[in-house]
Amino acid sequence: MAQHKVNYSQDGGLPVALTTIDKVVNWGRSNSVWALTYGLACCGIEMMASGASRFDFDRYGTIFRASPRQSDVMIVAGTLTKKHAEFIKRLYDQMAEPRWVISMGSCANTGGMFNTYSTVQGVDRIIPVDLYLPGCAPRPETLQYGVMLLQKKIRAQKADKSQVKKRLI
Amino acid sequence: MRTYKPKDNVQAKPYYTDRFYVSPQVPKQDVSSDEVFASDLTVLKENFTIHDAYIQIGQMVVYINASDNYKVLKLLRDKLDYTQLSEMSAIDWLAKQNQFEIFYQLLSMEKRKRIRIKCFIDKDEAINSVEKLFRSADWSEREMYDMFGIKANNHPFLKRILMPYDWEGYPLLKTYPLEGDEFAAWYEVDKIYGKEAREIIGPEIRDTARVDRYDSERFARLGHEVPKGTKITGNEQKQPLAYQEEGGVFMIDKFDENKSIIITDRDR
Repeated sequence: MAQHKVNYSQDGGLPVALTTIDKVVNWGRSNSVWALTYGLACCGIEMMASGASRFDFDRYGTIFRASPRQSDVMIVAGTLTKKHAEFIKRLYDQMAEPRWVISMGSCANTGGMFNTYSTVQGVDRIIPVDLYLPGCAPRPETLQYGVMLLQKKIRAQKADKSQVKKRLI
Repeated sequence: MRTYKPKDNVQAKPYYTDRFYVSPQVPKQDVSSDEVFASDLTVLKENFTIHDAYIQIGQMVVYINASDNYKVLKLLRDKLDYTQLSEMSAIDWLAKQNQFEIFYQLLSMEKRKRIRIKCFIDKDEAINSVEKLFRSADWSEREMYDMFGIKANNHPFLKRILMPYDWEGYPLLKTYPLEGDEFAAWYEVDKIYGKEAREIIGPEIRDTARVDRYDSERFARLGHEVPKGTKITGNEQKQPLAYQEEGGVFMIDKFDENKSIIITDRDR
């Protein structure tokens, strides 16, 4: 009979890893950033392309969810009209903490070329934004890079948000 | 005005010629030039007052009394085979004559003809709804109400169609600013956070790439053209502008088989 005894002092050491709660929680969070399917205009097409097989968001653990209750990040992809503004706020409020917002494209950032009466001049007038992606529309690579930056941001955050001062609006 | 330059160089003639100051007009033909339209117009003239009628780019334009609009369209649909209302809306002439112009674009698949019925209404006047005749008028009249504030009598559901129900103002009026009025500027803030949040959120930061009318280096000052780099004093002479809807700039031409090149060799 073969012997299965493990020599802890030699084979990779003890089965114990020392870390902090923050790091473990953030490791989990940053590698499963589930995004809300929120394509409002042409940026939505780039967002869909990012999710599809060529760019493959699943590699980062970013899976699109059709419900704000199951999402961690809201990718505002497209033009936000004033008529729609109340709904983005409602959807944002329905997302569970911790939550993040990526503002994707010129329209979501600043209103873009729609310098008109019916367009919200930047989603940050309605909800807090973590990441602004430039471009009209940003290529899927930009969105991928944006998600990677967001992961970086999540890893740098405190895991327990209650310890951190809350942002107004 | 622009400075005088000698215009002796024949090669550079296009650069001297002001092409857009006096715009060419879309040519109008007499209705008698088209048999189908002529017979249609006689039927209309027997029953209604016709103010003006002509043919433009192969389509007949007829001006009628606004109160006749339902009956005219009914006659056109039932007797004259104009069975489709492809488009209808209004044009804002309030500044010029304190009136709206309403147009109905009709199509006859039978005759392969298009006809445009036009009429004028005063500012606070309502127009008869033609929704009972053409289903497509349902949303078009709602849009007309939404954008111009023109009410359609007997419309089954006259509510805003594009803007939110609680919106104030009619955006397609020429007096409505493109960037919105006070109500539009604070609409989403007032609605979501209430008026007291205005100070926290602050006014809209509009696009910094806006057109600066005092910058003659980079902008053309449409309607008040000056030489590049001129200091703007505000006393520049106004140049006439022409718009398509005034019968102005000639941009479209009807497709003509004789003028076209027909390619027979597919592999050429």
